[in-house]
Amino acid sequence: MPRKLRSIPGAAAALALGALAVTLSLIPAPAAAEQSVEKAIEQYRQDLQGGNPAELWEARGEDIWNTPRGPKHVSFKSCDLGLGPGVVKGAYAELPRYFPDAGRVLDLESRLVWCMVNQQGFTHAEATKITFGKGAHKRSDLEALAAYVVAQSDGVKMNVSLADPHVRDMYAVGEKMFFYRAGTHDFACATCHGSDGKRIRLQDLPNLTKKADAQKAYTTWPAYRVSQGEVRTFQWRLHDCLRQQRFPDLIYGSDASIALTTYLAARANGAAYAGPGMKR
Amino acid sequence: MIPRISSGARIAGATVLVAAAAAILYGCAGAPANDDSASLEARTIAMMKESFKAHGQAGLDRLDQDDTQRVCSRYSTTPPPAAVAKKIEAENLAKVRYPADGKLMGDWKKGEKIAQQGRGMQFSDDPSKPAGANCYACHQLAPQELSYGTMGPSLYKFGKTRGYTEENRRYVWAKVYDAEAFSACTNMPRFGERHILTDEQIRDVVALLMDPNSPVNH
Ligand code: HEC
Ligand code: HEC
Repeated sequence: MPRKLRSIPGAAAALALGALAVTLSLIPAPAAAEQSVEKAIEQYRQDLQGGNPAELWEARGEDIWNTPRGPKHVSFKSCDLGLGPGVVKGAYAELPRYFPDAGRVLDLESRLVWCMVNQQGFTHAEATKITFGKGAHKRSDLEALAAYVVAQSDGVKMNVSLADPHVRDMYAVGEKMFFYRAGTHDFACATCHGSDGKRIRLQDLPNLTKKADAQKAYTTWPAYRVSQGEVRTFQWRLHDCLRQQRFPDLIYGSDASIALTTYLAARANGAAYAGPGMKR
Repeated sequence: MIPRISSGARIAGATVLVAAAAAILYGCAGAPANDDSASLEARTIAMMKESFKAHGQAGLDRLDQDDTQRVCSRYSTTPPPAAVAKKIEAENLAKVRYPADGKLMGDWKKGEKIAQQGRGMQFSDDPSKPAGANCYACHQLAPQELSYGTMGPSLYKFGKTRGYTEENRRYVWAKVYDAEAFSACTNMPRFGERHILTDEQIRDVVALLMDPNSPVNH
């Protein structure tokens, strides 16, 4: 591991993770479950003394970032996230943005895929083979890379520029999508995230049409999901909400995913980025 | 890579009808778009169509809107104007079907299970298993269940306070069958009209609310 973890020793963290996963899976009734999950996470935070298991993903991501890879044996040091090749510090706070070399507005994840394909020589299928990991045997490089990159924007104010017409357009489409009701249940994002103080079962729903809620939500993703023992990215968050929305399967890095991300990221402008977060 | 299609091609790909309808109904809502709202709606739909893939039971047709969904997409945070609401409610009321045998009440115990079950209609769900309604996601019902959401009003003691009348049973049937018939652009799904629940299941859910022995009424 090239970079020293900020607070938790890897082995201890891994043990803690295993223990928590067991605790969570043994909880019986829904109501009791929600409450004890809250408690379990609180306890967990205390055990980690302010640390976040996402640091393990950050360290792995940093490794991947610096290692020459793919058929062309090129590292991410030649990948331009918008602030110049290899520049990571503060880059996430200005994404999504328009990339002339790609001819598209890209979010962090689609930009990572672009670099893998266009600089490292992977096929698109190879680059996106594991977008969301599952345990030690199915780890996603993209989740690790995202954790590493976003952590270098910790404390940086969100500043997604709408000066470029391509970005403005994606913002407008994203906003339209947010209110687009369809599917078997007539749900739009706004159905679950359009009013104050509501919850589904016991889960609080942020009102993402309000700036303060949008800022709080966006700046805490990607996040370590305690219940899944994985770092999840913003693409994952959208993918999973759209599943609950009864929509079909959102394609990773698709234009619609970037449009929604542009809308939510730009609405978070002005707030200090604070990820990777930690979520239930 | 995801194929790139120019904005021009996207506009052409969407139906003229959608664009025309949107042109009439939309004002410029202050979105930072540099073009008019009709083409924005058309482009949004075209972009969605190329950004999702069919998975399990969720095909791309899930992205197509019926009239109610199309109109209600404009009124997510503000209620629709009275004339619009009246039209949506009338259209949906016309879609409500009552059971052929006239039997509106089933088994509240089964209804409680349906109200608890959140699975159903997602691409990750097994389509051979009956869908749940997850009423508890949005409503308080039986007092024993503490894990209830607050998107809809509490339905605790619904039958007891409203009265165990045939008229009220018919109302609950119709409300669960097609919620839009009574409150346009509600956030409540249309369980019968959209084929989420079967008649048999709706019957059991009506019993959960309207059977004097149901825990909802205790
Ligand atoms: C059927 C309900 C539902 C729909 C529809 C829905 N979401 Fe969510 N969303 C949730 C729930 C529940 C959570 C909290 C999940 C949790 O705590 O595990 C959530 C969480 C989120 C979060 C993270 C909030 C945070 O602070 O961590 C974001 C961002 C989000 N949703 C965006 C969206 C967008 C964008 C859409 C539409 C594409 C959408 N959601 C559609 C139910 C929904
Ligand atoms: C996604 C959210 C959601 C779900 C799921 C949901 N509802 Fe609702 N329901 C609402 C909302 C919001 C209202 C209030 C607006 C309205 O009347 O439509 C409501 C209203 C109602 C009413 C009318 C109450 C009155 O005072 O007349 C009844 C009855 C009802 N729901 C029953 C049910 C039942 C039974 C289920 C499950 C089969 C269910 N709902 C599932 C959101 C939901």
